[in-house]
Amino acid sequence: MSDWTFERPPELPLPQPSEESAPFWDALKERRLMLQKCAVCGAISHPPRAKCGSCGAMEFVWQASEGVGEVHSYVITHQAVHPALTGYTPFATVEVALAEGVRMTSNLIDTPPEQVAIGQPVQVEFMDVGEGVVLPMFRRQQGK
Amino acid sequence: MSFSNAVAIAGVGETDYSRDSGRTELALSLQAIGAALDDAGIAAAQVDGLMKWFVDTSSEAEVAVNLGIPDLAWFGEINQAGNVGAALVAHAAAAIHAGLANTVVIYRGVNGRSGRRYGRGDVTGQGGRGAGAFTEPFGLLTPQHGLAMSARRRMFETGVTSRQFGQQAVIQRKHANRNPRATFHDRPLTLEDHQESRLIVDPFHLFDCCLESDGGGALVLTRPELARERRPDRPLALIRAAAQSGPGQSSPVHRTAARLFAMAGVERSDIDVVQIYDHFGPFVLFALEDYGFVEDAGHFVEDGGTMWDSGKLPVNTSGGHLSEVYLQGMNHLIEGVRQARGESTSQVPNAGLSFVDTGIGTGAVILERSDA
Ligand SMILES: [Zn+2]
Repeated sequence: MSDWTFERPPELPLPQPSEESAPFWDALKERRLMLQKCAVCGAISHPPRAKCGSCGAMEFVWQASEGVGEVHSYVITHQAVHPALTGYTPFATVEVALAEGVRMTSNLIDTPPEQVAIGQPVQVEFMDVGEGVVLPMFRRQQGK
Repeated sequence: MSFSNAVAIAGVGETDYSRDSGRTELALSLQAIGAALDDAGIAAAQVDGLMKWFVDTSSEAEVAVNLGIPDLAWFGEINQAGNVGAALVAHAAAAIHAGLANTVVIYRGVNGRSGRRYGRGDVTGQGGRGAGAFTEPFGLLTPQHGLAMSARRRMFETGVTSRQFGQQAVIQRKHANRNPRATFHDRPLTLEDHQESRLIVDPFHLFDCCLESDGGGALVLTRPELARERRPDRPLALIRAAAQSGPGQSSPVHRTAARLFAMAGVERSDIDVVQIYDHFGPFVLFALEDYGFVEDAGHFVEDGGTMWDSGKLPVNTSGGHLSEVYLQGMNHLIEGVRQARGESTSQVPNAGLSFVDTGIGTGAVILERSDA
């Protein structure tokens, strides 16, 4: 099991940053996970927004995240419902609940699909997928 | 002043349902509209309003020209995806009530199997743009992916099981087996069939997923007086209430439900028969709980609570998206009308109030039988 490594389907779409999300993707290139924080009320948002969902402010700062959380939910794709998935099923996609209270879609790089479980403590791991793009992936927290 | 009971669904119609219609989507819509107008006893020349799903490819201009509508006074479409049937009914009813139109046709015609297939990520994907930037690079590519994610969490939180999802699929298939229009009219389904069917996106098995269909459907909305004058021979389906809300997290189901039931002035327990938008069958169970019909839908379904004849609250009596046809809620609206008129192939006796959800909490309609 410890040898198992997630093989990311290489033809999956790459993120196309928007004005709001560009700082998030740019920080990942430097292997930092940054979350959008409202400059007025401090609420953390993910994905990044144009306007704070809590207070309506439109000014934000970026806050470094430890990238620690747990698996909130997951799916296992068995049927290649997109050409990019052909030959790569089954594979798991997880929704991670970060300690900051937001959820992030990702993959577990060290856990085979049949062992993914809700509640699993996880930690961020950066994956260079080429074309200058780094994605936030997750692995099990050590000893958990 | 609401439009409650001031507007009727005077006619319903549909095409044959298939996997390869051999017709254009426009032709499907026109055929369904013709059937609905015949059903209402209203001539195309009397139609002065048209409304459509945003995703429908047949423009109101094309439809108006082909029907020979002399004066199109009201038209529009509702954005989002398939989940806007109730919103269309609400808009059309509001327009009629406000005097902007007299007779509005709502139509849907789609080659969902032989043409664009919504279950395919290369059709519905965003190429990593917009919200897709945060999901598609990780393999969430289709509507079913996000829904499977939320279904899994719900299973974890409430203990509802795949077998219970299967029970509802089996019940809906029994309803489809009684409905000659249904795609799966001739094919029975057992719980074992459901459990052994291949996983598409776990936790969804094949038989948790809606059909992919070619077909069309249409509704004719008008004032009750005109509807009655044209068809004095049968009960009328009045729009007692209609409510819509935003998709996703922009409005929770309980708020939609509160507005709907307040407008109708009835309780959940007054509802006789229910249709629920079942793009994925598990969401029928979730919606039954979220609308406040039952507390534990898993056990309710396991006990046969949604069967047309023996259940306490019959659900998806035409077979629904799982077993009749996937017309993005149009077939649920048609079946809701038939129940209110006493014409379903799985008719609930004395169905006075017929509830139709058209998008898992994003919109619903309550229809009332009126014998006048
Ligand atoms: Zn704020």
